Amino acid sequence: MKIVKSRPDLCTGCGACMIACSKVLYKVEDPDKSAIRIKERPGAESGYDIFVCNHCGKCISICSVEAIYKAKNGAVRIDAEKCVGCYMCVGFCPEQAMFVHKDINEPIKCIACGACVRACPTGAIYLEEQD
Amino acid sequence: MAGKILATYEYTPAKVEKGYAGKTLYINLSDMTIKEKPVTEKMKELFVGGRGFGLWYLWNAVSSDTKWNDPENEIIIAGGPICGITQYPGSGKAAVVTLSPLTGCPMDNNVGGYFAPLLKFSGWDALEIQGKSDRDVIVFIDGNRGKVVIEDASDEPADTHLLAEKLTERYADSEEDKRNISVVSSGKGAENTLIGMLNVSFYDVKRKAVRVKQAGRGGSGTVFRDKKIKAIVVKYKGVTGDSNNPADKEKIINAALRLHKEIFELDKLQNRMREVGTANLVEVMNDYDLLPVMNFQYGSHPDANRITSKVFREKYFTQNVPDNCWYGCSLSCAKAVDNYEVKTGPYKGQKVCVDAAEYETIAAVAANCGIFDPEYVIEANFYCDTYGLDTISFGNIVGFAMECYERGIINKEITGGLELKFGNADAALELLHQMAKGEGFGKIAGQGVKRLREYILEKTGADAKLLRDISMEIKGLEVSMYVSKESLAQQGGYAFANKGPQHDEAWLIFMDMVNKQIPTFEDKAEALHYFPIFRTWFSLQGLCKLPWNDIVPADNAMTDEPHKIPAHVQNYVDLFNGVTGKNITKEELLLQSERVFNFQRIFNLKMGKGTREYDMPPFRLLGPATKEEYESRAERYDKQLKELGYDIEGKTTEEKMAMLRQYRESQFEKLTDAVYKRRGWNKNGVPTLETVKKLGIDFPDVVELIAKYQE
Repeated sequence: MKIVKSRPDLCTGCGACMIACSKVLYKVEDPDKSAIRIKERPGAESGYDIFVCNHCGKCISICSVEAIYKAKNGAVRIDAEKCVGCYMCVGFCPEQAMFVHKDINEPIKCIACGACVRACPTGAIYLEEQD
Repeated sequence: MAGKILATYEYTPAKVEKGYAGKTLYINLSDMTIKEKPVTEKMKELFVGGRGFGLWYLWNAVSSDTKWNDPENEIIIAGGPICGITQYPGSGKAAVVTLSPLTGCPMDNNVGGYFAPLLKFSGWDALEIQGKSDRDVIVFIDGNRGKVVIEDASDEPADTHLLAEKLTERYADSEEDKRNISVVSSGKGAENTLIGMLNVSFYDVKRKAVRVKQAGRGGSGTVFRDKKIKAIVVKYKGVTGDSNNPADKEKIINAALRLHKEIFELDKLQNRMREVGTANLVEVMNDYDLLPVMNFQYGSHPDANRITSKVFREKYFTQNVPDNCWYGCSLSCAKAVDNYEVKTGPYKGQKVCVDAAEYETIAAVAANCGIFDPEYVIEANFYCDTYGLDTISFGNIVGFAMECYERGIINKEITGGLELKFGNADAALELLHQMAKGEGFGKIAGQGVKRLREYILEKTGADAKLLRDISMEIKGLEVSMYVSKESLAQQGGYAFANKGPQHDEAWLIFMDMVNKQIPTFEDKAEALHYFPIFRTWFSLQGLCKLPWNDIVPADNAMTDEPHKIPAHVQNYVDLFNGVTGKNITKEELLLQSERVFNFQRIFNLKMGKGTREYDMPPFRLLGPATKEEYESRAERYDKQLKELGYDIEGKTTEEKMAMLRQYRESQFEKLTDAVYKRRGWNKNGVPTLETVKKLGIDFPDVVELIAKYQE
């Protein structure tokens, strides 16, 4: 499968990726409902950090209700029907790439669709094949 | 007829708003009444929920003359406003309140499993059961359909590992649906002893097994079986992160994410709760000479290395499975042993999943009986659970009986042939099976340490003073598993505890003995005021205590009051406000607890106890009660006596023991005075009129009751 990789030095912080992502996931243009997050680098004059899931799957064993699974295409997905919104996986994500929103029961998580990459004007994010 | 429906009640499930369903389900088993009662604003204001609601209902249900097995006695199970949120660790607890067969006073337990959250989402803040059925029954609450049914359960097994699994199968529509079921059950042991406990189940989707957590202390299971309840089952499908309908979810989420991250980063460096659960305490307590060994005579043993968390981790605990007892608990301390093959008794040869083993159980059934065998721990743990017996009381009873046997106070004539020597695991298990059947010496021993002592006194004419010194019970309840001899504050923590000597009210040994943070009487009194009150709060809310201080933030040591874990106290303020929409401060949080804590003390008074004389511990809680104990730590005690100015030159052990005893008993009396004063109680341990007024619990019957005890 292809996962989203980043080159933060190319990021201008325009946020187009977050808009594109929230549109795919929740049909709204709201960076707070995006599974990719661009944050100003703390303490630095300029620059951005990019947080996005690498589909490592460590959250699968954290979940106590078997709501997180590896889909056929290799992407790590959440079954919203099973999820009880406990957010243990969010706190235990080594990439800090799972997010929450008070109006959404399940965590907000990348589905590896590539919409963010297509929206990025600078090539700061790109897709790369991963085993 | 088995399975016959005895009563049915249909209702429209109340929608939970800001943590409350606003209704209580009341059932009377004498006449099979089922009805709803409103949860009033006054109840919420004064008693909050959980244990507070339980005590309030029980207070109104019983008189001073009510005994535990009278129909008027109740069992109340209630979560609390925070109970059922899925985001913050430890938020699925049920408080269980009843009049105890061991103490005659209100007993409270705080138990995991899914019952209380599913009960609330079924529309009930509390379940209040009164009366006594004339036949065995199952109460089934269907929270989706809005139906309560009482069924004849004459043909059902009583023992939990059979019953909870059978009922989970019966009431679930599919494998997927099993997680929506929780069963409260007990077992045969609860029918035939006074130390019966309640198991509360949840379905572990990864193990595909029914798991159970225990409301262990003080005989709640005995009351349950006396009412002829085999099981209470709740079913509710549809739990989400919003089921509690909180006022401000963001406050909850922010606190929850902070704690999940702390646990992710720090648990492996701190207590390793995720890996070994509370069993990590075995080695810690043994190292600090605090692990009860051989009926609390000693605090450590060379063979304790055979029952440490390392042994359970490497050989028995199944790893990488979700060991939480409610959704969202990333601390996940509830360890289990899968595919354990039972070695003795009626279930010999069966392969079972055992919820084993907690620190308290390991210390009680093993170290306190001089047994250092991990498989015996699992066996005894399994049988205590399925028979519905409290492991802490069981371990105390066996340890006490073994000491009496070894000292020649009792013999095989009394024990019915059992060779009750320390270390005899076979005899301990045989006694356990006898207790469950209500046969032989088990029938007597199952009445608890206090009644066993009285029986031995009557049968043997043994030294009454020695027997009191070494029988580890206060108010009729057996002591939980910490040696308090070198911590005056902990002696008070045990002796003054409302329900009896259980450490959930105050655990101060490390602050006092190891870290020396509370050196003066005033310091200790302050700690014995603050912590019991603070800790009471968890049981008003449906919360577990462990995520408060079994994980601490990285910078906790830098705070003004590290032992209070200020950041986590703030989390609790945020959770309460986030759920209820109120705006309390941490001072108001304490006031909620102080009110219920004092009310419980006054409840003891109502039941004819609750004064200073009932706060007196056996001497072994304060110091070495026998020559063997003194001499095993002679260097320590000699040094203490010298530092206190005693002339011990040429003195015998007995003479030195008398000096130490006089000193320690006088210290305990001074502590008692200081604590009562700090709590706003008089010298007899009764809250003053001023105190009850300040707390807003100056109801006419309370004022009338305590007026008799004012100086």
